[in-house]
Amino acid sequence: MKRLRFAVAALALATASLAQAATTGWPLQDARTDVGSLYSLQRGARNFVNYCLGCHGAQYMRYSQLATDLALTEDELRANLMFTGTRIYDPMLSAMPEAKSREWFGNTPPDLSLIARSRGVDYVYTFLKSFYEDDSRPAGANNAVLPQTAMPNVLAALQGPQRPKFEMRTGPDGDEVQHLVALERAAAGSMTSVEFDGFVRDTVAFLEYVSEPAKAERKALGVWVILFLLMFTVFAYLLKKEYWKDVK
Amino acid sequence: MGEPIDRGRRQLLTAATTLTGAVGVAFAAVPFLASWKPSARAKAMGAPVEIDISKLEPGAMLKIEWRGKPVWVVRRTPAMIDRLAATEGLLADPDSENSKQPEYAQNDARAVNPEYFVVLGVCTHLGCAPMSRFVPGDAELTTSAPGDWPGGFYCPCHGSKFDLSGRVFRGVPAPTNLEVPPYTFADSGHIVIGLDQSRDA
Amino acid sequence: MTGEPASAAPGKLASLGAWIDERFPMTSLWKEHVSEYYAPKNFNFWYYFGSIALFVLALQIVTGIFLTMSYKPDATQAFGSVEYIMRDVEWGWLIRYLHSTGASAFFIVVYLHMFRALLYGSHRRPRELLWIFGVLIYLALMAEAFFGYLLPWGNMSYWGAQVIVSLFGSFPLIGDALVEWIRGDYFISDITLNRFFALHVVALPLVLIFLVVAHILALHEVGSNNPDGVEIKKAKGSDGRPLDGIPFHPYYTVKDIYGLSLFLVLFAAVVFFAPEMGGLFLEAPNFEPANPLLTPEHIAPVWYFTPYYAMLRAVPALAGTQVWGVLVMFGGILVLFFVPWLDRSPVRSIRYRGPIYKTALMLFAANFIMLGYCGLMPAVQPFKLMSVLGTIYYFLFFVLMPWYTRIDSHRPEPARVSS
Repeated sequence: MKRLRFAVAALALATASLAQAATTGWPLQDARTDVGSLYSLQRGARNFVNYCLGCHGAQYMRYSQLATDLALTEDELRANLMFTGTRIYDPMLSAMPEAKSREWFGNTPPDLSLIARSRGVDYVYTFLKSFYEDDSRPAGANNAVLPQTAMPNVLAALQGPQRPKFEMRTGPDGDEVQHLVALERAAAGSMTSVEFDGFVRDTVAFLEYVSEPAKAERKALGVWVILFLLMFTVFAYLLKKEYWKDVK
Repeated sequence: MGEPIDRGRRQLLTAATTLTGAVGVAFAAVPFLASWKPSARAKAMGAPVEIDISKLEPGAMLKIEWRGKPVWVVRRTPAMIDRLAATEGLLADPDSENSKQPEYAQNDARAVNPEYFVVLGVCTHLGCAPMSRFVPGDAELTTSAPGDWPGGFYCPCHGSKFDLSGRVFRGVPAPTNLEVPPYTFADSGHIVIGLDQSRDA
Repeated sequence: MTGEPASAAPGKLASLGAWIDERFPMTSLWKEHVSEYYAPKNFNFWYYFGSIALFVLALQIVTGIFLTMSYKPDATQAFGSVEYIMRDVEWGWLIRYLHSTGASAFFIVVYLHMFRALLYGSHRRPRELLWIFGVLIYLALMAEAFFGYLLPWGNMSYWGAQVIVSLFGSFPLIGDALVEWIRGDYFISDITLNRFFALHVVALPLVLIFLVVAHILALHEVGSNNPDGVEIKKAKGSDGRPLDGIPFHPYYTVKDIYGLSLFLVLFAAVVFFAPEMGGLFLEAPNFEPANPLLTPEHIAPVWYFTPYYAMLRAVPALAGTQVWGVLVMFGGILVLFFVPWLDRSPVRSIRYRGPIYKTALMLFAANFIMLGYCGLMPAVQPFKLMSVLGTIYYFLFFVLMPWYTRIDSHRPEPARVSS
């Protein structure tokens, strides 16, 4: 009986949290990634290594795979994307030890190998663009897409800091609650708005690629497989028709 | 309707369909068979390993694992290198014609640089790890007469003996010389096992 | 071409065949079940799904075997081993997608196959046992899919298993012990994973194969039904063969190859271009490893279970227990066993039945799909109301069947199949 109550509670929690996300859910922007663009992926790889790999690993991605898929030579990989001491077949692991990350941030930065598949590219794109200044947070920043995130705003210098704009709204219980409605750029960053969007887009495209390196091959092969099967279907149909002439 | 059966057309269509189907099945089999090839993880674990030989004393030996097998690096003294010529007459395959080694190791020293001997520590008989017996004139080991052991490797499992270049003596169970893996000098203090010049093994 | 002796083959082949036939019923089996099994000549589109289901079973077994070569049934390694298959094993991604798409394809094909039976009365005398074997296959398939879904050890795998296994806890007296016995542990753990692995890879595939063989033997014993519901064995020619029958080989081998080919085009389109199918075939939360501390925002079983999940959630807790919902959910599957005896129409096929059955059956199909949709959605309005109404209709369809099939109008069944 206890187990079932637990299960029902879990269900109720799940549905309740969904309802919450629906009311405070921040609208997701269209990432418009182009995973077919090698340049976008190469830039994204560089962005990832420079800004993310310090804390977040991509444990299911090997550097050797990057060489193959991103048309990079081993020397280019070593010069631009690999920390000293890593070998070509090694996975992309972050340098941060797990125990320390819990101490410093209260949480372990999740591995990003599959983030584009588990949350979606639009989520990750919007998340990276939706940090804002918040003195009440330990890292000084909060995020409109994932409130109370433990992640600091690592891209603040590029985007420029953002300030939140609140509105008072009546909550479901009838009391007045503060509701985040918009984010405004407080100061310019080193990149223009368009440049920063492109930066985030490249990074997210890279993460999309990392979440499924075989995707390009899968689609390319699919065309041939279906063409072949269509051809086979034609032969099979003609054969069937021929034999079924016997049947009246 | 009494339309006669066009057997020729049936045979043609059956053949065309069967052939296309067979081609399809062959294509479909490829991914399954290919999935048995070494995966990226196998390749990663079988990747070349680098060993630091800068601290290796003359006459001493270092051990490292590569592709699940023991690899030994022996820093031979000049005396050990000189003794290599003396064993020629007692060897089963002095020119390493039947054994496995890269072409740069097909010489008396069986090495790129005679000072450093790199060899797989796997007896070519049944796979035991031979013991190092570099000291000549060993009390127990001989090649023909007591006291004439020139130094080399001795396998305790069935008594196979190899000289200081891993070349097998005549009259022992092991059929060939010890295998030399591909290797290259990254610099004077480091050897990379599993790498041939600048190509992966 | 077909029943003729191998005149083109050298004598060697024929004598090899004779040697085998003296020791094994090779030719007699071939004749009985293929080249001289007379099936009705009027099979339509709805009759493709049996052979397609057989193909999908074979596909799941072959791809499953290859996945098992690289998969690790250990809670600390399972998730990583699936990514290993997707990335490091050559062509592993294709084998994985074939298996995951195959699972969903299996259910689509089986649902269409079952619907065909209800359309043309293939569940009726003398095919009751055939139908029962079929429902058993459906049950075994659901168990197979349920056990298999835990194996990737994703967050939805974990929580889906948690919820469904917990359902058994609602049974009075034995509930808690039963749940602990199923799990082998106090929570869904590595122990549960390992035993679900054994059930999914060995036990249930064996059960499925046995049941499919029994299903086909039962079919061949009485002969296939057809869209007109006419028993073709009633009209035999002077040679003893049914006048409206044609040998399965070559006519239906050739036709089923064509049907299979069409299916493969659609199947390949999904495998290569939409293996996730918008989160229906591969769910987004399952790309995160199992986390006992973090429930996914929205737990739902895979789409093929959702009609029954909607029924489960539609029933409120009464007298302090949720067991009623569980009983209703299982009841929804158990009621299928009784269909051969619930259907009291004097005619077999929908073609000769009246408007009541036609309406009821079409509504049933639409209702089943609607229930499935509700099962995917959170338990809020309007889905809650739709689930309740849908569950009621589902049961009424069966419970009232003896009455409405009898009062329904019907046309006389023809003696021979219509062309």
